[in-house]
Amino acid sequence: MFLIILISLAPLALIAVVNSYQFKIAYESKVLEHLEQVVEKHKQNIDTFLNENLADLRVIASIYPIENFQDELFLSELLRNLQIEHGGVVVDMGLVDDQGVQLAYSGPFKLGKAVYGDAAWFREAMTRRNYISDVFMGLRGLPHFIVATKISANGREWLLRCTIDFMAFNRLVENISIGETGLAFIINRQGAFQTKPRIHLEPHVGSLSELVWGKHPAESKPIQNSAHNWWASQTRDFATALPVRTIVADDPGAPGESAIYIMTQLKQGQWALVYRQNARDAFGAWYRTRNVAIIIFLVGSMSIVFMAFLVSAKTVKRLEMADREKEMMNEKVIEAGKLASLGELAAGIAHEINNPVAIMVEESGWIGDLLEEDEFKETENVTEIRRSLKQIKTQGNRCKEITHKLLSFARRTDPRQQEVNLNDLIQEVVDLSGQRAKYANVKIHQILAKDLRMVQASPSELQQVLLNLINNSIDAIDHKQGGEVTISTTNGDGDVSFHVADTGQGIPDAVLKRVFDPFFTTKPVGKGTGLGLSICYGIIQKMGGKISVNSSVGMGTTFHISLPAALNGKAGSEKEHANYRGGEHV
Amino acid sequence: MKIITPDIKPLKILLVDDEQGYLHVLEKRMARRNIEVTAATSGSDAVGILRGTDFDVAVVDLKMEDMDGIEVLNIFKKMVPEMPVIILTGHGSEKAARQGMAQGAFDYLTKPCDLEDLLEKIYQACPSYEEG
Repeated sequence: MFLIILISLAPLALIAVVNSYQFKIAYESKVLEHLEQVVEKHKQNIDTFLNENLADLRVIASIYPIENFQDELFLSELLRNLQIEHGGVVVDMGLVDDQGVQLAYSGPFKLGKAVYGDAAWFREAMTRRNYISDVFMGLRGLPHFIVATKISANGREWLLRCTIDFMAFNRLVENISIGETGLAFIINRQGAFQTKPRIHLEPHVGSLSELVWGKHPAESKPIQNSAHNWWASQTRDFATALPVRTIVADDPGAPGESAIYIMTQLKQGQWALVYRQNARDAFGAWYRTRNVAIIIFLVGSMSIVFMAFLVSAKTVKRLEMADREKEMMNEKVIEAGKLASLGELAAGIAHEINNPVAIMVEESGWIGDLLEEDEFKETENVTEIRRSLKQIKTQGNRCKEITHKLLSFARRTDPRQQEVNLNDLIQEVVDLSGQRAKYANVKIHQILAKDLRMVQASPSELQQVLLNLINNSIDAIDHKQGGEVTISTTNGDGDVSFHVADTGQGIPDAVLKRVFDPFFTTKPVGKGTGLGLSICYGIIQKMGGKISVNSSVGMGTTFHISLPAALNGKAGSEKEHANYRGGEHV
Repeated sequence: MKIITPDIKPLKILLVDDEQGYLHVLEKRMARRNIEVTAATSGSDAVGILRGTDFDVAVVDLKMEDMDGIEVLNIFKKMVPEMPVIILTGHGSEKAARQGMAQGAFDYLTKPCDLEDLLEKIYQACPSYEEG
């Protein structure tokens, strides 16, 4: 049983696991590849945005003389043009001298003559030609960042700077939004967010910074630096590493969950654009497919287990039934063998008895011969002796008839067909069954057609059929109540029929269908072989006849047999069968 | 009752049966009917007797211990082909008896049989002798 289940389930489970694993690998690889492409595209967009602003500022600085920038009206005009060009992302403009004093300003804030000498961005910007600052609050108290370019003129250095609207820049980054949990943000090397993430990530900024900027030796968590190198470990600093790096790590905001981090460098490695999405969300389709597969697998497994139990139970039941039938058949074969032996024994005895009976009959005949002598004619009791001799002869003949009938039945049947008068045969079998019927309190009636045609059949086999049917009829009748068995013969169209009807208990429909099955019997064990009607059926079929039965429970049963009439079979004479008409054997 | 007529040459019968009681009583009853019966209790005895004597008819039982009636019949037919042989058989052995008829037996009777029936067959076999 368990072996069947194991053998049935093992291939299914193996295929499910292997396919599931392969599909997972392929699907995750595709998802990550897609996300990397998206991030890379946005990196280009952001870079373009920043570089355009810086390039515009650079061009302006190189075209116009420094004096122009000291004119706030000129600056306002420039600011207006830049705002038209960049859709309002440029908030203000200003010119700062090498001491950090803003000489000219154009914008919504009152920052004229503001001093940036101590500001970090100013000191940083003065060390290079072009500069983009990190996001900071500054004097205005609002998050913003500065794009600045250095102008050298008249032996001094100035910074032409403009401020980029943080919200506009934030929108640009936040455009990367896939699924329910996908979001993007920019983080600098100090671990400060350069955009405002859609969800609250401030508490995890340390771990995020470590994740982005830290080194990652070979570890159990999958690190992907390209779609084609999923398991590759990453030991190099991100700043100098490949343009796009993918890490699947624990989600600090949701213990037990994993998150995908796809990161790329911005601003010459000063910033990192990070795209973050919950693994469960990113691989949602895969998880759903896996769940469906698991459900199908479980349902399939349960079906297999159920079927294994069902099939096993049925097989066991069938085997048990087959064993029982085999046992019953063995018993019946033994029983049949015993009966056959009894038949042979009876035949042997009948044969042996013939000789003594013959001698008895002849001896009585001899006494009869002697009584003819004159000396005995005057003997007083000669009449009584003659009567006694006649009785011996009568009883001897009776013995002869009994042994003849016994031998007729018990001898090996002779299947050779010849013309048979059914009425005669019925009479013979009724005589044989007479004694049995008498003890069973059964009357046997014969209603025999007077001009019955002859049939082509084996007399001994037909006798066997008749004897069997009559015995069955007698057995079907309750011996206490008694009953009747009626045997009738009729001429048909090209055939001759005989019917054996009893007033017995009848046969239920369920049993009636099987009465001709071999070894089927309703009699107690040892009383019937279940072969009788089956043999009858075989014999009648072989003779080209038909046997059928109808029965009504409580009313009785009738067997109908029809046999082909002999081609030249003429009807028996009326005189011949006069004795049988309406004959009755009690 | 058959009348003994000594002036008529008696019918000579060879009766072969291994039942001595049966042979004995038949011998006596036939003798009263002017039939001269020579009894043999086995096939081999019968063959020995037939070598030295002629018979009008032989009556042979089918089932005997040393050799069966068909064997005896075949020997008789070789020795005296013109002698009619009647076979006595038990009921149920008609097949063997019919086989005997096919091999030259005159007829067969089933045992036990009436003496009258047996005599009728014997006279049928020897038409020159009339019953009675």
